[in-house]
Amino acid sequence: MKERHYSHLTISLIAIGLSFIIASVVMLLTGINPLNFFIAIIRTMTGINLRTMDFNPRLIGEFIQISMPMVLSGLAVGFAFRTGLFNIGAEGQVIMGSLGAIVIGILLDLPGLIHLPLAIIVAGIFGGIWASVPGILKAKFGIHEVVITIMLNYTAMYLSAWALKLLPGSDNQKTINLPASALLRSDFLRSITNNSRLHWGFLIVIAALVIYWFVIEKTVFGYELRSVGFNRHASEFAGMKVSSRIIYSMVISGVFAGLAGAMLSLGTFDYGRVLYSFENYGFNGIAVALLGGNTALGILLAGLLYGALQSSQAMMQAQGIPLEIAVIVSGLIILFVAMQHGIRMFLDHRSAKRREAAHVTRAD
Amino acid sequence: MEAIVEMKGITKRFPGIIANDNVDLELRKGEILALLGENGAGKSTLMSVLFGFYHQEEGDIFVRGEKVDIYSPNVAYDLGIGMVHQHFQLIDDFTVTENIILGSEPMKGIVVDMEAARQRVRELSEQYKLNVDPDAKIEDISVGMQQRVEILKVLYRQAEIIILDEPTAVLTPQEIDELMGILRNFIKEGKSVILITHKLKEIMMIADRVTVLRRGKMVGTVDIDQTNVDSLAELMVGREVSFEVQKEPAKPKQDVLVVEDLWLKDARGVDVLQGLSLHVRAGEILGIAGVDGNGQRELVEVITRLRKQDKGSVMIDGKDISRYQAHDRHKAKFGHIPEDRQRRGLVLDFTLAENLILEKYNQAPFAKNGVLQPEAIERNAEQLIETFDVRSGEGKASLARTMSGGNQQKAIIAREFDLEPSLMIASQPTRGLDVGAIEYIHKRLIELRDAGAAVLLVSFELDEILNLADRINVIYSGKIVADLDPKETDERELGLYMSGSKEATA
Repeated sequence: MKERHYSHLTISLIAIGLSFIIASVVMLLTGINPLNFFIAIIRTMTGINLRTMDFNPRLIGEFIQISMPMVLSGLAVGFAFRTGLFNIGAEGQVIMGSLGAIVIGILLDLPGLIHLPLAIIVAGIFGGIWASVPGILKAKFGIHEVVITIMLNYTAMYLSAWALKLLPGSDNQKTINLPASALLRSDFLRSITNNSRLHWGFLIVIAALVIYWFVIEKTVFGYELRSVGFNRHASEFAGMKVSSRIIYSMVISGVFAGLAGAMLSLGTFDYGRVLYSFENYGFNGIAVALLGGNTALGILLAGLLYGALQSSQAMMQAQGIPLEIAVIVSGLIILFVAMQHGIRMFLDHRSAKRREAAHVTRAD
Repeated sequence: MEAIVEMKGITKRFPGIIANDNVDLELRKGEILALLGENGAGKSTLMSVLFGFYHQEEGDIFVRGEKVDIYSPNVAYDLGIGMVHQHFQLIDDFTVTENIILGSEPMKGIVVDMEAARQRVRELSEQYKLNVDPDAKIEDISVGMQQRVEILKVLYRQAEIIILDEPTAVLTPQEIDELMGILRNFIKEGKSVILITHKLKEIMMIADRVTVLRRGKMVGTVDIDQTNVDSLAELMVGREVSFEVQKEPAKPKQDVLVVEDLWLKDARGVDVLQGLSLHVRAGEILGIAGVDGNGQRELVEVITRLRKQDKGSVMIDGKDISRYQAHDRHKAKFGHIPEDRQRRGLVLDFTLAENLILEKYNQAPFAKNGVLQPEAIERNAEQLIETFDVRSGEGKASLARTMSGGNQQKAIIAREFDLEPSLMIASQPTRGLDVGAIEYIHKRLIELRDAGAAVLLVSFELDEILNLADRINVIYSGKIVADLDPKETDERELGLYMSGSKEATA
């Protein structure tokens, strides 16, 4: 009997559906109307309030703006996954990228044509350097990347908080505002979205998605990365430089995460924030990559979904839905995606039963 | 002596293969019965049926005269049957005692009674002179000790019938001697032992009787007193199954591969290659005969640069490749059919087309400026699939994982032959394949030889070596101990060299 093949998309959609159903049950049990939850999500994504039929483009702008770092950190985690590496350190690499962008933004005084690109590039470099540490340790000494990346998350957080406070003019919570020459801010995008925080960063996200797809699927380098990810022994046998591929893969992964950091500090905010807790952009990237099946398109869609869940939290609270519900949904999705083997077994079992039933009917 | 286990007419099929075909086996109380056969002869399958891992399709099992249905290992344990597996199933950072009691922990209320467990392990260890420290961690003890922990697991569960699957494969010679002593103690304590092995010397040393399997069928059971290493080898290999390979006499020319004085230590510090030298000429097939674990794998890994030798040199076409690393392999023109096709030979989650460029993905026409060229890759796949008759569900787009073993091997052969190598290193090229695929691969190797390539054939199948090779080198303990002409030798003589009981000045 040939095993039927269910695509990752099917599995992901089932996972999303199941988590919405369970979340609805939770809401019903706690006396909340689940309809309000879905109305809030739709309103977040389309700007349309189904109850009043009001349209507010600011919501769309905010939703896209919040999704952008999610997509980038999803690309970061996904890129490493394709080489068989688990980069839990995207969180720290986002923080380092954010730091790099702010340092360039505040310390240098340059025309916008140079200042902004330089800040973005340095953000990518900071993320890449931060990710190179676990990459090198893995390739040269076989130290597991998960352990190192987790530890480096904390290192990045405290290092960043310390460094930001050293910058001229910083107080204990934040730095001074960045000069306009270093910002992704777009008055045009703001004007068409009723003053949302939407910024030029979306161009970077689109470029990153295309580059990710092209490198992984179309280039010799991507072939090597996928080969190493699937079967290190055969790759070594075929003459690939396995350890250098591991390092490159981590570095590129870190660059994507660093760019996500630039989105935050140059786009969403226009100053550096001294933080002593994680904001989870990097950790959400793990969820986004898993849900998106590590493909560029999948990561884009999954990033938008996670962005919507995050972005709708304020609106839900206004409706009396505790923001934990959105968190429960995000968590359940991952739980079900992780259970994809079980979902496949269930689908196989069901189709086998159907075949059996069909067989019996025919025999009759 | 009464029979404690009887297996009658056991048949077990796997898709496309009959692993056990109407096999009978009788174990008497208080004896050591050896189960002898080549790789893939069905020894492990038969014992897995007895231990409840598999269920036979036909045939019955009787334990102590009663017919039993062993549908799971737990049933086997209840019947007093225990198995020591070839690959240990131990948890590295648990202690010896913790590993042994795992799954049948002695309880005191709701807590595990560690003290009672430790005491019992110590008693058993003393009773059978195993000399195991109950509190040592698995990761801190030697492989030989780990095996004793596996043995203790079986004893702890009060097994009367003990199956050992290739127990000496991982042991040093000293550890083997000690294991033999332990087995003798078992017999003294009234237990019965089945020893799965293909090492003839060990059987002669320890067993009372031996049952021989060949390609899933039982060939016979003989008393050790009435046999010897030579006739056992003949039984195991079997003459009548040898199908002749059609080939012209070789016309060897210049040396292609020259290996000189190779030395290599393995992870345990044992010399697995001890000054090995050999040479293969253009237009000949050199067969390396030997029992598994005598340095064949290491020899191939050194030649293919997956491993660095401690001492010695490797030359291909007059070029010294001793300092090459794995990623320099394209500089030396050799092809390699690896022993483990799924681990080394293929990326199972790649398509067939992707697998067929695994060694030249970065060369024209498959890559241009670092970008893959799908048309060239597909054309290459179509042509190789056609030439080498590789069959799969979805042609070039099939995932390698979905292909049969024979077609996976054909895919590797297609890819490696297409390199037009002056040297082909074929490690167990037909392992686990059906007769049709075996014939095909043999034919291809001879064609390659006739086209002027040098072929190094490593195989544990004496049939294959005798039929295919133009010259035979026997490897024993990491050295070549004989250089023979296949026309002037036979399995018996080879068996003597392979078991180390005869040594020529090679």
